[in-house]
Amino acid sequence: MRVRELVIIGGGPAGLSAAVEAKKLGVEDVLIIDRESEPGGILKQCIHTGFGLHVFKEELTGPEYAERFIAEAQERGIEIMLDTMVIELTDDRRILAVNSRDGLVELKARAVILAMGCRERTRGAINIPGFRPSGIFTAGTAQYFINIEGYMPGKEVVILGSGDVGLIMARHLTLEGAKVKCVAEIMPYSNGLTRNIVQCLQDFNIPLLLNHTVVNIHGKKRVEGVTIAEVDLNRKPRMETARYVSCDTLLLSVGLIPENELSRMAKVQIDEVTGGPVVDQSMQTTIEGIFACGNVLHVHDVVDLVTIEARVAARGAADFLKQKKKRIRPATVPVIPGEGLRYVLPQRIDLDGALEETQNFFMRSVKPMDRGRLLIQSDRGVVMSKILKFIRPSEMISIKVKREILQQSNCLKISLCEGSENGD
Amino acid sequence: MTDVVIIGGGVVGCMIARELSRFDLSVVLLEKEEDVASGTSKANSAVIHAGYDAKPGTLKAQLNIRGNALFDKICDELDVPFKRIGSLVVAVKEDDVKELEKLLEQGKANGVSPLKIISKEELFELEPNINSKACAALYAPTAGIINPFELTVALAENAAQNGVTIRFNSPVVDVKACDDGMMMVKTPHETFHSPFVINAAGLFADEISQMAGAEAYTITPRKGEYLIFDKRCSDMINMVIFPTPTKFSKGILVCPTIDGNFFIGPNSNDIEDKHDTGVTSEGIDEIIRGARRLVPGLPLENVITSFAGLRAVSNTNDFIIEASRKVKGFINVGGIQSPGLSSAPAIAEMVIEILQEEGLTLKEKNNFNSRRNRIYPFRELNDEERKKLIRHNPAYGHVICRCETVTEGEIVDAIRRPVGARSLDGIKRRTRAGLGRCQGGFCSPRVIKILSRELGISPLKVTKCGQGSEILKGRTKDFIDSDGDFNES
Repeated sequence: MRVRELVIIGGGPAGLSAAVEAKKLGVEDVLIIDRESEPGGILKQCIHTGFGLHVFKEELTGPEYAERFIAEAQERGIEIMLDTMVIELTDDRRILAVNSRDGLVELKARAVILAMGCRERTRGAINIPGFRPSGIFTAGTAQYFINIEGYMPGKEVVILGSGDVGLIMARHLTLEGAKVKCVAEIMPYSNGLTRNIVQCLQDFNIPLLLNHTVVNIHGKKRVEGVTIAEVDLNRKPRMETARYVSCDTLLLSVGLIPENELSRMAKVQIDEVTGGPVVDQSMQTTIEGIFACGNVLHVHDVVDLVTIEARVAARGAADFLKQKKKRIRPATVPVIPGEGLRYVLPQRIDLDGALEETQNFFMRSVKPMDRGRLLIQSDRGVVMSKILKFIRPSEMISIKVKREILQQSNCLKISLCEGSENGD
Repeated sequence: MTDVVIIGGGVVGCMIARELSRFDLSVVLLEKEEDVASGTSKANSAVIHAGYDAKPGTLKAQLNIRGNALFDKICDELDVPFKRIGSLVVAVKEDDVKELEKLLEQGKANGVSPLKIISKEELFELEPNINSKACAALYAPTAGIINPFELTVALAENAAQNGVTIRFNSPVVDVKACDDGMMMVKTPHETFHSPFVINAAGLFADEISQMAGAEAYTITPRKGEYLIFDKRCSDMINMVIFPTPTKFSKGILVCPTIDGNFFIGPNSNDIEDKHDTGVTSEGIDEIIRGARRLVPGLPLENVITSFAGLRAVSNTNDFIIEASRKVKGFINVGGIQSPGLSSAPAIAEMVIEILQEEGLTLKEKNNFNSRRNRIYPFRELNDEERKKLIRHNPAYGHVICRCETVTEGEIVDAIRRPVGARSLDGIKRRTRAGLGRCQGGFCSPRVIKILSRELGISPLKVTKCGQGSEILKGRTKDFIDSDGDFNES
């Protein structure tokens, strides 16, 4: 069995960024394994602009953003094994992959970075009643058909869910000549970025129906229409508001789920809220030498943050590879989400591990708030607080915490209280 | 000349076709849809029942017992996975125990063996996640699970290998007795003349019988809805778990599938429309409530899909398997509701006997091949087998469906073999590509490409389940007005 130094599973933005960074940090043997015939992951099909504002200070399309990293990976001699699917990963970092050229590929990695990305939530997962005809697509699948294959999945479209992929597709389908009748969102607020609501819906006069859902799908062979209805405060449909909307296609943009089948195989502990691994500040999972970054860890709203997170994971992996002797299980500070927050990441701080002067924490609110106070409490009481404005569950919150605070805590709780009096 | 025309490509029609293919006969099977198992056979509980449910003396009781016993041989010959995992009828209150005793007596009268009532302790030993109020259970080790679609496909493939002609997209538009003592069966494309016609039309058997001028009966569709859970939760239960039955139904069960998932369902609601396989939100609530009485800790966040199937319930409430006394050569095989799948092998035997009684001469072929091989299931093979397979055909190294680890080699095989897949659903049911947790989100564009390449058709012509269910609507830019503007109407 061949031993490799660092194996990165997934060649999307997270995997590519991590590979380039690890190489820069002196890891000589870096291998990316990707299941598709070209690297770039989901960016390949994201032909709209808006990528790279943070990392490159310019507005790139998805393929352009990916291309920068692909070019750099090639320059630095990073091996990318394409058309190869990893089918097994163990907790001692043995990898079994398969492709047509080599058959089964068995490797032992000294460190692994998980960068498998996420998949889309389906109709089954949200249990929409009705028939099961042709014409129901997840937004990402529709995007693939249009941008990669050059085919239109439909002509008259209703979109359920206002995730970013759905919003982008509303605009794109319109530009391609399809009619997008409406976007129905079960929540009282959108799950997409504000800029996408403005640029993809409002600019094209596509109605966003908040507090609405699809209660029935019509058509035996092909979608002929859907029934939509308003929902009450408990998200139960109010059937008296039901109305029929004819369409040949229903697009679903109802959430993304990190793809952690391999992580589970390797016994990595999964955070039930993020759907991704539990990690420390170096993005190391609960299994030694296995790191994670990007959408496999938690779903991001912009790719720049994936890149930044991937660099952290790469540094973690590089440090791990340089270690001479095996460390005893370190003392960790758990970081838990309190009131007002769905999750906080990283979920724990390893006090024996490398700590920057300030540590970034990422989190999502449970609901939109115009104004709120972020409170960081340790076992010693409130150690930090900050006023935030225009808080949206779709827009990730980040906060920097000083190293000293972490070093002096046995545990941390971060919470978000709505409102908060003026003058704070 | 055709010796026998079979109407209907469900598990019953295909079982009969395969049995007839042992003999020197010209057999035609007509199916209105684009694939076999497109009706009741594709959407049911997939349980091979032990046989204690039906009243002694009914056809259901007799054929279930005989059918159950035949499954080992059939599945061995056809290389179809089948597991006798056993079933439990659970009593969740003391009153139910009396019902279990009645079932035990009924089962014994029907000839089910072994069959016994087990204690609460034994039950929890077998099923730790069962409702803590459960007090006893009826245990039937001979109950099994199978993939009914895979079974039906295997039967059809083996029948085709042995010379049966299978016609898809061929709804019967007319069937009648002719003056020469023959019967005429008409589809939109062809007309067949045959001395024998077998009506295995499932939900539509009553309409076919009426069309032929044979005995009148009615088939009422009885809807059952289901939820399927992710394979991740496969350790929730080990056996087929029934509640104590009511007069109307065996109740909502919690049951493993042969492929490693588990499901809950079905409910049982008589409806009017024989095409109405829509899932309802009331139905989903109903099966969740029902299943929770058996397994309270259902991991509902891991549901991957829902579906509904229709049972073909006759007004006699028993199977109707008989030669028509009114139309010579016409044989009804109707009302095949539960335990229809379990009984199917015995139903086929019975139909052969009826055909002989009606004057069909059976001469065994000397070249009948009883064996059929499954598509190599890459995910189930060991590493040595996988290496060998990829060396032999590199397409087996190309994973198309991530969730179920289905390779291009398997998909191509599913298309190229006899009675091959012609649609996305056909591929899905033969290989499991698209049946996993992402429900085809990733693999369906890839499968469409392979279907298009293998069948030599445009991707625009590739369907989900036959004509009218095309997946793509046009090329990009096709819908843009000629002046270049986007559609603002």
